[in-house]
Amino acid sequence: MTKELSLEERFQQYVDAENKVEPKDWMPEKYRKTLIRQISQHAHSEVVGMLPEANWITRAPSLRRKVALLAKVQDEAGHGLYLYSAAETLGADRQALVKDLLDGKAKYSSIFNYPTPTWADIGAIGWLVDGAAIANQVMLCRTSYGPYARAMVRICKEESFHQRQGYEILLTLVRGTEAQKKMAQDSLNRWWWPSLMMFGPTDDHSPNSAQSMKWKIKRKSNDELREEFIDKTVPQAEFLGLTIPDPKLKWNEERGHYDHSEIDWEEFYDVISGKGKCNKQRMDARNKAHAEGKWVREAANVYARKQAEHSKQSAA
Amino acid sequence: MQKELLHYTLRLGDNALILGHRLAEWCGHGPVLEQDIALSNIALDHLGQARMLLQYAARQKGESYTEDKVAFFRDITEYYNLLILELPNGDWGDTLARQFLFDTYNYFFYTELLNSKDDHLKAVAQKAIKEITYHAQWSAEWIIRLGDGTEESHQRVQKSIDDLWMWTGEMFTMDEIDQKLIEEGVAVDLAPIKEQWHQKVAEILDVATLKKPQDDWMQSGGKQGEHSEYLGYILAEMQHLPRMHPEAEW
Ligand SMILES: [Fe+2]
Ligand SMILES: [Fe+2]
Repeated sequence: MTKELSLEERFQQYVDAENKVEPKDWMPEKYRKTLIRQISQHAHSEVVGMLPEANWITRAPSLRRKVALLAKVQDEAGHGLYLYSAAETLGADRQALVKDLLDGKAKYSSIFNYPTPTWADIGAIGWLVDGAAIANQVMLCRTSYGPYARAMVRICKEESFHQRQGYEILLTLVRGTEAQKKMAQDSLNRWWWPSLMMFGPTDDHSPNSAQSMKWKIKRKSNDELREEFIDKTVPQAEFLGLTIPDPKLKWNEERGHYDHSEIDWEEFYDVISGKGKCNKQRMDARNKAHAEGKWVREAANVYARKQAEHSKQSAA
Repeated sequence: MQKELLHYTLRLGDNALILGHRLAEWCGHGPVLEQDIALSNIALDHLGQARMLLQYAARQKGESYTEDKVAFFRDITEYYNLLILELPNGDWGDTLARQFLFDTYNYFFYTELLNSKDDHLKAVAQKAIKEITYHAQWSAEWIIRLGDGTEESHQRVQKSIDDLWMWTGEMFTMDEIDQKLIEEGVAVDLAPIKEQWHQKVAEILDVATLKKPQDDWMQSGGKQGEHSEYLGYILAEMQHLPRMHPEAEW
């Protein structure tokens, strides 16, 4: 009567029992591929995400803000590194992943294709973009793949610090001059909808989600996460005295959640497909840094090789 | 308030601020993520030092001053950083060559500043010396790596060193401000620093298989507020927002 379980079935049981999958464990090829894609996209997002904020480091309006912003953008580079390392535990090669990004084959979070024309955007990104990232990443702290989950625990701590910092920038602006208040509101107007889009398409348009949920890579659907984020963020906007640019936004007593207008998914797909103000600028910047760094990386490799040979000779 | 001490404090603070600013321009554009992070770290160290020094300068100027007022509301002729620090970053070799030449100077300088009779400057030196020691090691390692790396990197970094050489002389010039403060035991005598610097630079360049340029005409003026064109653009970028909203807090 006992039925021999397939490897896939045993894997599912293992995951269902809330065990963490580790690099040396057997895993379905599709699980591995899904994770490599997701983790590397996440890594690329951290790295490309440095650009819209780095844009303001030299112009930050106080020395304290300048230092905090530089440290924040540097944190994002660190997140990129942890995540590339997590992807490598699955057998991926960092250089190949980076090449996919540079060739335009790999995706990164589309939010970073929006520009940061004003200082308030640094506040809005910290509050909303890092905030939306946190909603997703808190969930990923419990993802079934061990190295990814552990990277997320580390990253989440820093992200919540970023979020508080961003919120505090806006708090200072709304308590400031008329021009500063206007700057803050204008920034919320521009970042609100793109932030909601960060959670991805609605559940009925998110074909890969079901499998990811089954493998416990994801634990909440896009719509659930989005709703959580809205519920948490609306009172924060009220505290700032800012108006969320959605006339239909209203607390629904019955559901215990906010109702909101339909998201403009056309804009979402437009920006993904390259029509954002900064898609080209971001990719050009990454490609330029990579191309101009080539001779430096080569020199470092050659020098390291020479040193290794040298120490081998002196050991012999 | 002592005029000379304020000027001297600003020289040190402006060195840290302007170099921190230039290095921060690399953030997000480094040759590889690890080095992007390393250079940002060094930029953060310099900006941290700049804050301590400009806070001290603000205290000397009087109650209505803050570090930000000192940084954002001073014009180009009132900035006293070394000219070499305001030059554009160039490529990685140019940036690292500048780091090496300046970090080596800064290391010997701050080691001496530890003996300053001015308690504030001494305290800054005590806080900064560990960072500055690390910077000097790190940039020397890079010069060796690039000098003794590939044919291309060797040629490129040799050119960077050659191009930067005429900007190094200013590190060792002394005027009446230095003289007065040296007599008081506050400032660092730059004559012995110059010797130490030449020796160390020669030593590292030798390991790096690079040639040490001959001293020739040297640029100067930064310490007295006579700058190149580059600093104006740095300040325009850095100062525009606070100046546009002079009554605002950030
Ligand atoms: Fe991050
Ligand atoms: Fe972040």
